[in-house]
Amino acid sequence: MSKITYREALNQAMAEEMARDKNVFLMGEEVAEYNGAYKVSQGLLDKFGPKRVIDTPITELGFAGLGVGAAMTGLRPIIEFMTWNFAMLALDQIVNAAAKMKYMSGGQYSVPMVFRGAGGSAARVGAQHSQSLENWLANVPGLKVVMPSNPADAKGLLKASIRDNDTVIFIENEINYGDVGEVPDGEYLIPLGKADVKRAGTDVTIVAHSRMTGFALEAARELAKEGIEAEVVDPRTIRPLDEQTILASVAKTNRAVVVEEGWRFAGIGAEISARIMEGGFDDLDAPVIRVTGKDVPMPYAANLEALALPSVREIVEAARTACGRA
Amino acid sequence: MAAKQKQDAGITHDGVFFAQETLQEMHDQMLFIRRFEEKAGQMYGLKKIGGFCHLCNGQEAVCVGLNHAAMASDYIMTSYRDHGHILARGADATAVMAELLGRAGGVVKGKGGSMHMFDADKNFAGGNGIVGEQVPIGLGFGFSNWYKDDGGVTICIMGDGGINQGAVYESFNMAALWKLPIVFMVENNQYAMGTSLDRASAETQLFKRGISFKIPGMKIDGMDVLEFKKKVAEAIEHARSGQGPILVEAMTYRYRGHSMSDPATYRTREEVDEWRTGRDPIARLESQMIDAGLASEESFKQKDREIKKEVAAIAKAAEAQPEPDASELWSDIYSDPIAGAYPYPGKVG
Repeated sequence: MSKITYREALNQAMAEEMARDKNVFLMGEEVAEYNGAYKVSQGLLDKFGPKRVIDTPITELGFAGLGVGAAMTGLRPIIEFMTWNFAMLALDQIVNAAAKMKYMSGGQYSVPMVFRGAGGSAARVGAQHSQSLENWLANVPGLKVVMPSNPADAKGLLKASIRDNDTVIFIENEINYGDVGEVPDGEYLIPLGKADVKRAGTDVTIVAHSRMTGFALEAARELAKEGIEAEVVDPRTIRPLDEQTILASVAKTNRAVVVEEGWRFAGIGAEISARIMEGGFDDLDAPVIRVTGKDVPMPYAANLEALALPSVREIVEAARTACGRA
Repeated sequence: MAAKQKQDAGITHDGVFFAQETLQEMHDQMLFIRRFEEKAGQMYGLKKIGGFCHLCNGQEAVCVGLNHAAMASDYIMTSYRDHGHILARGADATAVMAELLGRAGGVVKGKGGSMHMFDADKNFAGGNGIVGEQVPIGLGFGFSNWYKDDGGVTICIMGDGGINQGAVYESFNMAALWKLPIVFMVENNQYAMGTSLDRASAETQLFKRGISFKIPGMKIDGMDVLEFKKKVAEAIEHARSGQGPILVEAMTYRYRGHSMSDPATYRTREEVDEWRTGRDPIARLESQMIDAGLASEESFKQKDREIKKEVAAIAKAAEAQPEPDASELWSDIYSDPIAGAYPYPGKVG
């Protein structure tokens, strides 16, 4: 085990996979000479040279499509979006090309690639640079959507994503890049599609992904002081979803709170709540409660920004309500 | 002596010799595509082909000329007007017709239809339905040629409508910046659906659209298969020799509407006739071959009868195929499906 940051874990994952497979290359804005806008690709240009670590012009749709085409020929591109906000410019290539190519071609062309970058809210950057769009992408058959919540998961999941033979949407969290955590040394892979119980508990299940996992764990510590033992489940892969782990937890606790940073309407929480209703209705002693980002564009002012985001307090209150202790 | 004469039989066009059998092959391929498209139009009229169906009648010289210039290992991709290109690339014509009919033996198992034809064995990468979408994808294929240093070239085809998409210029920029071996080819058939070129393009000389990216451009008569083959071969050679991308504007014309649902009222009968009777690529090659004493009107009529018969047999065989098995609904979505995770393949709810 080593204590490293979330960004170093991602960097190690890419370096190890690039060393293992010459078909893996990294492309994006500022990934090479600048060493990455968030320093995730630090040192990779020096290690692998300009043919495999490539700075692009600011042209998201173009280089996203480049990745799709390159993947169709058997290369394994890692396409970095400086943030996922900018990936909206590339949605045609992600949704209409990458996700559907295998199906449309009757299985002849696969698109084994990773689109990765920072997602979720950032700090004080306003409406266009601070949002969670994983529900858009998780809606699309053909894509896999992965969101690590800590350094160890970041490394293991990114390595697995690069090796996966499908298109993986890998959404990192901008605020988590500096988080430090224990990461196993050497070869370390986490299979996609497997949730992880981050904290065991008996009274209420809190399902949370990405940065919200940390919020949920903090809420669980608060709740423990009141005698409520929360079980925190991190899906890690949003699509496809390991609902078995979630349902098994709900079968044990009989209560569920689903947390997401993104907007409430048609969000990931809506899907997970529906699955709990469909698969675990008889286990529930109370309605599922959602804690989400508010349905507003992200404001700049510090107080308004805090109000727009889910908080530990809101999670604690939701868990109390679910447990009939409000 | 007689044997030597036979060996040398052919036409020299602008310094390039086309042997008789090559000429006959080009002719037969163009005529096959023409008759195939006519049959597709007919099958559409009978409601046997559904959805959108974009025919390429009139543009056959571009499809055939290109494939006589490109190597089998080169990559080709285009828009949704793809029947002629995939046939010229050598795909199985019964599989192409079966695809149009939504049959199990379709070139993509009945999952794509008219707009999404693929044949990976022939290095034909679609069949892309969003206008201009194939251009960044083609950039990626060309990037792969460069990355692997495989000596291959990518020929990325778009229309005079597609060239107005922003992604095209993003792709031009990167292709030129990294000197990728790509031939960007615009099939300028004068109309983007119902919008004529001069109503949609500030610069109607489309081969000039690469200038600000330092991409050289060539304008080629796409109604003359010999001229087109000769010039597009030069463009491909330019890309293969490491000089970077090149933009080819193929001047052509579609005789039919944009799709089967388009009566094409935005252009005059006279205009269509001018191209159809005055510049038709098949009639042109036939008269060139007759003038050179390489064929006769009767031999072409005979060939046409054979091709019509062949196409009719293909349509019949394709139609006799079963529809895809219901299990195909859920296949080919993922290469590595994850068992036990939702949504579950094959299961609703």
